[in-house]
Amino acid sequence: MNKSANDAVITGVGIVTSQGVGAEPHVALLSAVEPPKARVETERFAPYPVHPLPEIDWSAQIAKRGDQRQMENWQRLGVFAAGLALDDAGLKDNLEACGSMDMIVAAGGGERDINVDSLIVDEGLKRNDREQLLNEKLTTELRPTLFLAQLSNLLAGNISIVHKVTGSSRTFMGEEAAGISAIETAFARIKAGQSTHTLVGGAFSAERLDIILLIEAIQGHALGEWHPIWSRNPEKGGGMILGSVGAFLVLESREYAEARGARIYATIDAIEGDRGSRKDGRLEARLRDLARPAAELEPQSTVVFSGTSGFHDLARREKVFLDREFAGRPVRAYGGLVGHGIEAQFPVGMAFAALSLGHAAKVPPFDPAEAPMTAPAKAAIVTTIGHSRGEGVAVLSAEEGAQA
Amino acid sequence: MSKAYTDHLGRPIVAVTGMGVITSLGQGLEDNWAALSGGVSGIHKITRFPTEGLSTRISGTVDFIEISAENAVERSYAMARETTLEALAQAGLSGDFNGPLFLAAPPIEPEWSARFELADRAPASERPGDAYNRFLAAMRQKADPAFHEAVLFGSISERLADRFGTRGLPVTLSTACASGATAIQLGVEAIRQGRTDRALTVATDGSVSAEALIRFSLLSALSTQNDPPEKASKPFTKDRDGFVIAEGAATLVLESLEAAIARGARVYGILKGCGEKADLFHRTRSSPDGGPAIATIRAALADAGIDETGIGYINAHGTSTPENDKMEYLSMSAVFGERLPSIPVSSNKSMIGHTLTAAGAVEAVFSIQTMLTGTLPPTINYQNPDPAIVLDVVPNAKRSQQVTAVLSNSFGFGGQNASLVMTAEPA
Repeated sequence: MNKSANDAVITGVGIVTSQGVGAEPHVALLSAVEPPKARVETERFAPYPVHPLPEIDWSAQIAKRGDQRQMENWQRLGVFAAGLALDDAGLKDNLEACGSMDMIVAAGGGERDINVDSLIVDEGLKRNDREQLLNEKLTTELRPTLFLAQLSNLLAGNISIVHKVTGSSRTFMGEEAAGISAIETAFARIKAGQSTHTLVGGAFSAERLDIILLIEAIQGHALGEWHPIWSRNPEKGGGMILGSVGAFLVLESREYAEARGARIYATIDAIEGDRGSRKDGRLEARLRDLARPAAELEPQSTVVFSGTSGFHDLARREKVFLDREFAGRPVRAYGGLVGHGIEAQFPVGMAFAALSLGHAAKVPPFDPAEAPMTAPAKAAIVTTIGHSRGEGVAVLSAEEGAQA
Repeated sequence: MSKAYTDHLGRPIVAVTGMGVITSLGQGLEDNWAALSGGVSGIHKITRFPTEGLSTRISGTVDFIEISAENAVERSYAMARETTLEALAQAGLSGDFNGPLFLAAPPIEPEWSARFELADRAPASERPGDAYNRFLAAMRQKADPAFHEAVLFGSISERLADRFGTRGLPVTLSTACASGATAIQLGVEAIRQGRTDRALTVATDGSVSAEALIRFSLLSALSTQNDPPEKASKPFTKDRDGFVIAEGAATLVLESLEAAIARGARVYGILKGCGEKADLFHRTRSSPDGGPAIATIRAALADAGIDETGIGYINAHGTSTPENDKMEYLSMSAVFGERLPSIPVSSNKSMIGHTLTAAGAVEAVFSIQTMLTGTLPPTINYQNPDPAIVLDVVPNAKRSQQVTAVLSNSFGFGGQNASLVMTAEPA
C-alpha cells in the first residue's frame, strides 16, 4: 500500500493480560515457536474460571499513592495500560505532546461495593419498606469517592490526571462496540487531519462478581476448567471466559510520527464496525462487507486475530466464515488465551496485531484447532463480534523492513 | 464543492435541519420554548421515590413519558425516541435515516428493584457480603436476559438504530456533563470527514434514582434549598449552593449544508465550530485558573473561524454550583475581556436544572431557538447577584434581541469540557 502523510500508524502499545505486563512478554509469546499456555484462575470465582491479572507494580505507571487510592482495579488497569502505551511510544512525560494529545477510551462501569450491596439486600429481605431502607443505607454506607471510581468517563479523567493527556477526552460505551468505535473514530480523525496523535484503548476487570453476574444473567460463562476456545463444550456453560485486560494504542499520522522519529509498528489500512440482526446469514453478510479491504492480502503472511467471545453459536459461525473467506490465513483466537475483555476486546486484538507486525512474528497457534504460520506476519486482520451485538474488522500492514 | 457550502478551512458547512427536545418543562420544542422564555421552572418535589431523610428532595425529573418498565434504560430510550421523532419530522425526513448515530447516554447500572428481586429468588445468606454469590446461584438456576439487556450500555443506541434505520455502528458516549455537546461534535466531525452527508445526534438522560441523587449529594454537588423547589437553581447568584439534578433529551439532525439545500430542507442554524480541552487538575474540580475552560472556548471559536467579537449571546453551562459559575465566569472573562458585561449570558439550568448527559444537546437546541426567535431566555431566580460575577444574565425575564452567533458551554466532572459555536446564517 502506498504511504501517505495522513496514514494512521501505531507507534505505542500498552498491554496487560494474564500473560504479563507490557509489550515485552507479549512479543515473546507472539514470536515463540511453542504455543503459549493460558493462565486461568478456577478457584476464586468457582464455578467461573477467569484469566486473572498478572502481578502488577502499580507504582510503575501511577506514581502517586493518592491517585492509586482514588481508583478501583478497572480504572487502575486502564490508567496503567495507557501509561505503558505512552512509554512505549516515547511520549511519556512529554508535556507538550500529551497536552495536545486526543484520547478516546472504551469504558464500561466501575466496581460496585459488594459489601454495601449485600448489606442492603440482606436488610431488605427483612423489611417491606425497601425504598426507605435504600435511602438510609446509601446515605450512610456509600463512600463518596466510590461514585467516581464507578463512573465510566472517569477512566479517561484519571488518565488526564495521572498522565497529563489533555488534548481532548472522550469515553465510548457499549460493550465490544465501544472498543471498535473508539479505534474507528481515532482512525477516521487522523485520516481526515482532525487529529495528529491519539491515545485510544480500554480496560476490563474480570475479577469482579458484579461483572460475572452480567454474563451469567444469560448463562454465558464456560464453567469449570479451561478448554480451548474453538472447542468448548455446550454442556459446560455458554462458552465465554472473561479475562482482566488493558490495551491502549498511540495512533499518529505518519507525518507526525516521522517528524519525531517514532518507531512505527504498523499502519491501520481499514477499520469499520456495523450492527444489526444476526438472523438468516445477515451477520455473515455484514462481516463480508467489513472484511472486503482484506481481500487482496497474501495468505501466508497474513494473521487473523479473532476476538471471538467463545459463545458457542457465534464462535462456530465466525470459524466457518473465517475458514471460507480467509482460507489459508492462520487464525489466532486471542480470547482463548487471555480471556474475553468486552470493551477492551478489540483493542487487545489491535495490540496483538501491532506487536506481531512490528516484530515480523510467526505467531504460534493459540489453540489446537489453529494452523501454524509458515511466514512472518506482514499483514493482520482483527475481528471482534460482540457477545450481544456489534461487529468490527480492522486490517493492518507492517512497515517495510520490520525485523523479527 | 461550491464555496458557499464550505467553511473558512474548506470543510463542509454543517447545518441543523431538525430539532427535538424534552425536559421537565414538557415535550416538544414549542412547549419547552414557551415555558423557558416565559421564565417557568420545571423543578419540583421528587415523587418517583421516597425522599424522607435525604438532604435533597427536589429535581427536574421527566415523569410524563409513558414507559413499559420503570428503569433508567427504558426512560432514557423513550425520551430519545420521542425527541428523534420530533427532529426527523421537523427535518422532513422519513424512512431509514441512513447516516450514523451518535448518542450521549447515561452510564447505567442494575436498578435496586432488580437486585431485590434477585435476592428474593436467591438462596439464603451464608455469610455477610455474599449477595452476589447468591445472585449468581439464582442466575444459574434461571437466566434473566432482561436483566442482561437492561445493563448493557449499548442497548439504547441499538433500539434507536433499529427504529430509525441509522447506518453503521452507533457510538454511545459519555463525557459526563459535556456528553450532549460531544455527541454533536462527533456528528460534525463525521460530516467534515466526508464519511456522510447527515448524522443523527441524540442525548438523553433519564437516570434520576435514589442512588444517583445520593451519590451526587455525597459529593456536595446538589442544592439543598428544597423549598420552594422552583427557586433552588439560581446560577450566578451569591446564595447558589449546588445544581438541581434533572432529566431530559434532545435530538439534532445534522446535514452538510449542501445536502440540506439540495433536498430543499429548511436550515434552522449552522453548527459552526466545536472545541474541547481536558482538565488534569482534579476528579471533580476544575483548574482554579480556568485554563482548560478557556482553551475549550478558544478552540470552539477558532474552529468556527470567528473571533470573540463575533459572539452575541452565551448559553452558559451555569450549573448553580459555587465552583462552576465562578470558574465559568473567570474563563469567559479571560476570553471576552472588557466586552463580557455587554454580552448577554443566560443559564437554561435555572429553569430545567442540570440534565447531565443531555445538557449539551438540550442547550444547543435552545441556543438555536434563541437565534430563530430573537428572544433571549432568562436566568431566573436572579435575586441576589454574586458581586464577584459581573454578567448580564438576562435576569428573571426574557428579552427580545436578535443574535446571529451563540456560544454554548459544557463542562464536566472528570475534566471533560466542550463548547459549541452556532450561527444563524450560512455566511
